[in-house]
Amino acid sequence: MWLPSWATDRLRRKPDFPAGKPAVTIEEIGGRLLVVAADGAASAEGILPGLSLADARALRPDVAVFPADRAGDAASLARLADWCSRYTPLVAIDGADGLWLDITGCAHLFGGERALMSDLRHRLAGFGHDARAAVADSPGAAWALARFREAEQTLLEPGTARGALAPLPAAALRLPAAMVAELERLGLRHIGDLYPLPRASLARRFGMLPGERLDQALGRIDEPISPRLPAPAYAVRQVLAEPILHLEGMAAVLHRLLPRLCRELAEGGQGARRLELLCYRVDGRLVKLAVGTSRPSRDDAALARLFAEKLARIDPGFGIEAMVLAAPHVEALADLQLALARGRDGGGLEADLAPLIDRLGNRLGFARLARAEPRESHFPERAVKRMPAVFPAAAAKPAAAWPSGNLPLRLLPRPEPVTAEGHPPADFIWRARRHRIRAAEGPARIEPEWWRGETGDPRDYWRLEDEAGMRFWLYGQSGSWYLHGLFA
Amino acid sequence: MSKIADLAALRSLMSQRAPGMPARIPCPLGLPVLDAALGGGLPRACLQEVIPADGGAAAAGFAAFLLSRLAGQAGERGRGVLWACLGEGDLYPPGLASFGLDPGAMILLSAPSPAELLWAMEEALRSPALAGVVGEVDRIDLTAGRRLQLAAAAGGGVGFLLLRADRPPAAVSTAALRWRVGAGPERSWHVELLRRRGGRPGAWILEREDETDRFLVAAELGDGSAAPQARFSRG
Repeated sequence: MWLPSWATDRLRRKPDFPAGKPAVTIEEIGGRLLVVAADGAASAEGILPGLSLADARALRPDVAVFPADRAGDAASLARLADWCSRYTPLVAIDGADGLWLDITGCAHLFGGERALMSDLRHRLAGFGHDARAAVADSPGAAWALARFREAEQTLLEPGTARGALAPLPAAALRLPAAMVAELERLGLRHIGDLYPLPRASLARRFGMLPGERLDQALGRIDEPISPRLPAPAYAVRQVLAEPILHLEGMAAVLHRLLPRLCRELAEGGQGARRLELLCYRVDGRLVKLAVGTSRPSRDDAALARLFAEKLARIDPGFGIEAMVLAAPHVEALADLQLALARGRDGGGLEADLAPLIDRLGNRLGFARLARAEPRESHFPERAVKRMPAVFPAAAAKPAAAWPSGNLPLRLLPRPEPVTAEGHPPADFIWRARRHRIRAAEGPARIEPEWWRGETGDPRDYWRLEDEAGMRFWLYGQSGSWYLHGLFA
Repeated sequence: MSKIADLAALRSLMSQRAPGMPARIPCPLGLPVLDAALGGGLPRACLQEVIPADGGAAAAGFAAFLLSRLAGQAGERGRGVLWACLGEGDLYPPGLASFGLDPGAMILLSAPSPAELLWAMEEALRSPALAGVVGEVDRIDLTAGRRLQLAAAAGGGVGFLLLRADRPPAAVSTAALRWRVGAGPERSWHVELLRRRGGRPGAWILEREDETDRFLVAAELGDGSAAPQARFSRG
């Protein structure tokens, strides 16, 4: 599919666009202001890319001029590519103004290839984009026909590419401009002129490229397109007769899609670890919503609960016309596991906890749910590490044992300096309160861990109990005292 | 929708409290004096407040002690426990082991805001997989407290609101029990039961054996009938 005036069509959607004037975008190239894109009206006047702005103004004094925005054009083309995944999951971006859609096996969903192409062009026209589309056996042939055949849409019957491509210029083979000029100099103006040439002499003169492009266009060698979004193995879609605007409508569609996806997952013996809900809006935007699970699942009721929290975040714009539910990340999930997870005595705590962790994690972020794991270190703040709670605690064998002995229940994130007298302190002031010490136990010395490359003074830890019975963990280091923890 | 759910939860709560209906079996704490005062053990499926009497960690330790009893006694399968703080908090998991809790088995939740903490606590209490949920909160209003109480009644676990020492607790509360815990000499705790729905308050001194970390009730400081707090709560 070719969008001949992508950059200027984009400008047309802006509210300050001057109506009824030809439009161009310009860029400074080599000290001159050159036209980089021209819309249909400008092209009709002979204002073509590469012309200087002065020449363009000479042809049409009222031409509307905008600075070129290649990054913006590319980003907006990428958004359009995402939206096109409503037709097929295999969508690739072709240069600055084209898209490739691999509609193999998808066309029947939209009433055939011709209907799909018309639907796509009709919708793009609705967004204000002029599009030329071609359906052919190979990406190369479709590219050539969309750009070089003077027709808005072309549908090539299988096996007729050779004849259809013959009258097109050699540039339709996606060759560099210099090579095209060289071919033209030799009188090889059309693709058909290349057919009778011996491949060896063509290669001697021009390298492998023309032959390769010819083979690609004629479908003799395969040319895979690299899709922008990886195609999920499990996906179900629902095209809506009437665009939906409300949360209830989205929820209703989701509740139809979820059991279908779960059935597909069950047939494949898989469970979803991540689900994506893709909402195609009538204005050509794609809105995505993703949820994750801590363990593979195909329980549609549990998955629906995860979406319920987030569904309200979808902005339906002027309406959603199609929804796709996909499982981009799946893991094997046998029926046996499922039975165990449901059973009251075999599934264990982990299975019972999974729905809760999923619910909390999807709203707060899984990073906020942790399990403590012991670490090998003498420093109290390093002896424990927070691990994600999504992994079963029993499966991961701790690397170290929990430190034993009398340990504080509260450990200040940062040791707080205190004013203390004596060694061990007879009293100290912490947070503006004086604590008189009745009993002291210590010191326990912790040296810097030199194997980590640490230097510095050791810490001398003391357990102190004040007159009321509050118990503190203080350490002295380099003549200063710090409160590090509180005992229960 | 949610109102109907609340109503249903309220009905189930009322039916438990109705005479003649079997109540959920309380969880014995292993301290006969305390268990007797609580009518058999710590009541489940309810919300309880734990107020620190000082700036130390005794109240948190008492909550950890109650959690360990709930987690261990909940049945052969065992049930989980969750501790929620605002941000990372300053709970030191290795310190939990001396209260009989497996530090690695507890879910630690760092909530981004007080509202999210209460939401997470409510969700956790609704889950039948958890025996107890501790939430470290600054304050809680009556509506939020009622939601938590209903969630606990539905899920069957105990919700502990670990409040802050420097804020006076609300005069009105939905919690079934209100504890106040402070440190005493030589690793002992001064535990007060300020309020108990349908029962009498009390106060005890809990001591810990040095070698085994086992708790025992060293003294009963009266049944609280003469305590001023009790008179206020009835008045």
